[in-house]
Amino acid sequence: MPGSARPRSRAYSGLPRWVYVPAALGALFVLVPFVGILTRVDWLHFVALITSDSSLAALGLSLETALASTVACLVLGVPMALVLARGPVRGRRWLRSLVLLPLVLPPVVGGLALLYTFGRLGFVGRWLDVFGVQLAFTTTAVVMAQTFVSLPFLVVSLEGALRTAGGRYEAVAATLGAAPSHVFWRVTLPLVLPGLASGLVLSFARSLGEFGATLTFAGSLQGVTRTLPLEVYLQREVDPDAAVALALVLVVVAALVVGLAYGRRAAGAVAA
Amino acid sequence: MKQGPVKEDTVKQVPMNGRAVRLRSKLAAAGVLTLALLLTACGAMPRTGGGVSTSSTSASITVFAAASLKATFTDLAHQFEAAHGGTKVNLSFGGSSDLVAQLQSGAPADVFASADEANMTKATNAELVSGSPQIFATNVLEIAVPKGNPAGIHSLQELAKPGLRLVLCAQQVPCGSASHKAADAAGVALKPVSEEQSVTDVLGKVISGDADAGLVYVTDVKGTGGKVDGVAFPESKAAVNRYPIAMLRQSKASSVAQDFVEFVRGAEGQKVLGNAGFGAP
Amino acid sequence: MSFRLRAALADRGLDAGLHVESGETVAVLGPNGAGKSTLFALAAGLVRADEGSAELDGRVLFDTKSGAWVPPHARGVALLAQEPLLFPHLTVLENVAFGPRAGGASRASARATAERWLREVDAAELADRRPTQLSGGQARRVAVARALAAEPSLLLLDEPFAALDAGAAPALRRLLRRVLAGRTAVIITHEALDAHLLAERVVVLEGGRIAEQGPTAALLERPRSHFAAGLSGLNFVRGRTTAPARLAVAGLGEVFGVVPSEAGEAPATGEDAVAVFRPADVAVYASSSGLGASAPGADGRGGQDSMEEPPHGSPRNAWRAVVAELEPRGAQVRVHARAGDAAIVADLTPAAAAELDLAPGAAVVLVAKAAAVTVYAA
Repeated sequence: MPGSARPRSRAYSGLPRWVYVPAALGALFVLVPFVGILTRVDWLHFVALITSDSSLAALGLSLETALASTVACLVLGVPMALVLARGPVRGRRWLRSLVLLPLVLPPVVGGLALLYTFGRLGFVGRWLDVFGVQLAFTTTAVVMAQTFVSLPFLVVSLEGALRTAGGRYEAVAATLGAAPSHVFWRVTLPLVLPGLASGLVLSFARSLGEFGATLTFAGSLQGVTRTLPLEVYLQREVDPDAAVALALVLVVVAALVVGLAYGRRAAGAVAA
Repeated sequence: MKQGPVKEDTVKQVPMNGRAVRLRSKLAAAGVLTLALLLTACGAMPRTGGGVSTSSTSASITVFAAASLKATFTDLAHQFEAAHGGTKVNLSFGGSSDLVAQLQSGAPADVFASADEANMTKATNAELVSGSPQIFATNVLEIAVPKGNPAGIHSLQELAKPGLRLVLCAQQVPCGSASHKAADAAGVALKPVSEEQSVTDVLGKVISGDADAGLVYVTDVKGTGGKVDGVAFPESKAAVNRYPIAMLRQSKASSVAQDFVEFVRGAEGQKVLGNAGFGAP
Repeated sequence: MSFRLRAALADRGLDAGLHVESGETVAVLGPNGAGKSTLFALAAGLVRADEGSAELDGRVLFDTKSGAWVPPHARGVALLAQEPLLFPHLTVLENVAFGPRAGGASRASARATAERWLREVDAAELADRRPTQLSGGQARRVAVARALAAEPSLLLLDEPFAALDAGAAPALRRLLRRVLAGRTAVIITHEALDAHLLAERVVVLEGGRIAEQGPTAALLERPRSHFAAGLSGLNFVRGRTTAPARLAVAGLGEVFGVVPSEAGEAPATGEDAVAVFRPADVAVYASSSGLGASAPGADGRGGQDSMEEPPHGSPRNAWRAVVAELEPRGAQVRVHARAGDAAIVADLTPAAAAELDLAPGAAVVLVAKAAAVTVYAA
């Protein structure tokens, strides 16, 4: 195992041999359940199962909403990470804990929190309702639920990248006459691009798999709020085969996204 | 001057020794933790097997019951234990389909009480059941509305009012199929804003006020302890839900299991179920 | 038209001022932690002062009294840090064009400016490379071009030769000598050579305060601070005059020297004064192993002298001392010794050091001819 795990480089890794044992066990622990899914797939009816109206609607909705929530994470999360990592804010530690709250919150609780806030009787939703805006049971609610749970992933990974990069390049750029916005677009953003990319991938993957908060806050209606995970869970009630087939689709889509993003990053790193 | 790619920076970026050492000790701790977890997991397996042998002492039985029976069966189990000194009733609640799946995977149990006949049929077809299942309770639908019934709903027909935010169970789950049956019987076309996974999810939306109305069982409305109001409607008779109970073939305490089934179907059992809103079989 | 800074920053224990005439290059010297880099950060606007003000070419950069504060990008102060810090995601040309682009120049004109400056630093052929493909020396040259392309009114260079391999330093030194001529600049350095070659004036910063300042040559030849003396490689003791060329020094007793003719008037009796002398002018003798056993000093002149009783009124100084440390220095051995509170260094040949059997802790007698000791007012 250690021999085959040796990377292309001939550098001394310095890893103790025993590390490979739990590492391999961990990898198996993650991978074997996937094999478990594969063994239960009804390959004979696979295509029919995943191309049913409800399945396609759920898949389309999932991709659509996950993409939208990833954009929302980008727009909201990048500034949050910047302020947390670099801003002259007091109580940074507390602020960070609050931002990361959705990470530890069970998603269902997150959904309840959203419901009690943006629901028709929630303290924000009440005002929105006055203006005729109702969020519960809409696709917007799905995107909100997904953004709520996946925002911390982007903030955490980007904040880490920003901290690691430090502010030295930004200081140099400023003394060269670059205004803060110019520095942000031309220096900070390009420098943390790998961290941002992995943050976005994590957010997208988390959004794609979101279940609890969506179910609680947005409800479940085909084509409107019933995303792939909800469809999987529902199908399981009547047709476990269809559930397994859909689960496999979910896994494949997630793996494709992660693989593409990281693959491109690795290629970019080699080219640089 | 030296030409060519000399990367001094890469040398400088080697982490400080202290940090590397700390990282390594963390790694070691994580490794130990993983091993410990695995050992615990391995150790847990024979313990599950031990559960089966315990049930063979005939002083204890395990009952798999639908989640909607949680309150009543907890109550019934206590009464049964009190009446049969030394007997222990272990309860496991879950969605009926989940419970069947667990039984199919070899979960140890002596009695299965399902929330619908379809799932009991699944169990029967899988030859898990000993004898034939018995209906022990019935349940009918009711309209659940937020407290005070702000939308003023008094009949099933009113649920089709445009602009009304109706939440149903998805057709795939028992309460959903019952809702559709009732609506069909009444000749009403219902357009829900959401088809929820479970009764709990329907009630959640009604309690929060985001839904104007939902269709759930009478017992579910009662179970909220007054957080929602119930509106009965005559068409509910078209979709009476029957709760079957059965002894399982794998039971090693069949006489106790049999006693429990009888107890649930007997006078005392029916009294508890009736108080919770269940109808007689 | 000049740069003037006066600032206090309690956090870093800094309270100092700096003044640079237009077109002048000033070297800032000082031990690590003296506050040199903080001074730069204040000038560039990367740190805010508790109290103080700065002015460049008549523009106020900051003034804690009026609350005025110009952000770094609007100051016209370029900072060349210890590391080149070239933007890794840009090519060499794009790096150099960064300043002009930030200043609003068009793509084409920024490119032309960058090419011009790359030629100026002999790096035109590196234009399309990535920073990771450069050697240390090449990266510094590009960094210099990048800083100059921003057309700063004031250029700050923080140890431009730090961690540079010895082969690359001379070329960079020549380059800086060329581009700094006639430019308003401040350079932080640890090397007397750099101060001599690049700066007209030297400021010595110690413990966050200005210890001394003056024209480079005069200051380094007649240092009035331990640090400057150390940079020049001179022994340095401080005391009070008891006679025109005689100094009472704690731990050493009386030190005899000469007053240099070009130094003007001799310090008056009772005045604070310093004595400096070269390590090569200090002879080392074994102290306890008999007076006859002697070794020649590194300069070969002390060889014939045998140790006598500490001379009275003779033109030489003899101090009892303990060896603290031996340090190989090229073809010589530098002996760091402590005599009372004073630290004195002497240079010996390795052979002489071996003959004396020197080791840390050994008791020795250090001898310096009065003619080799220069005394002047502190």
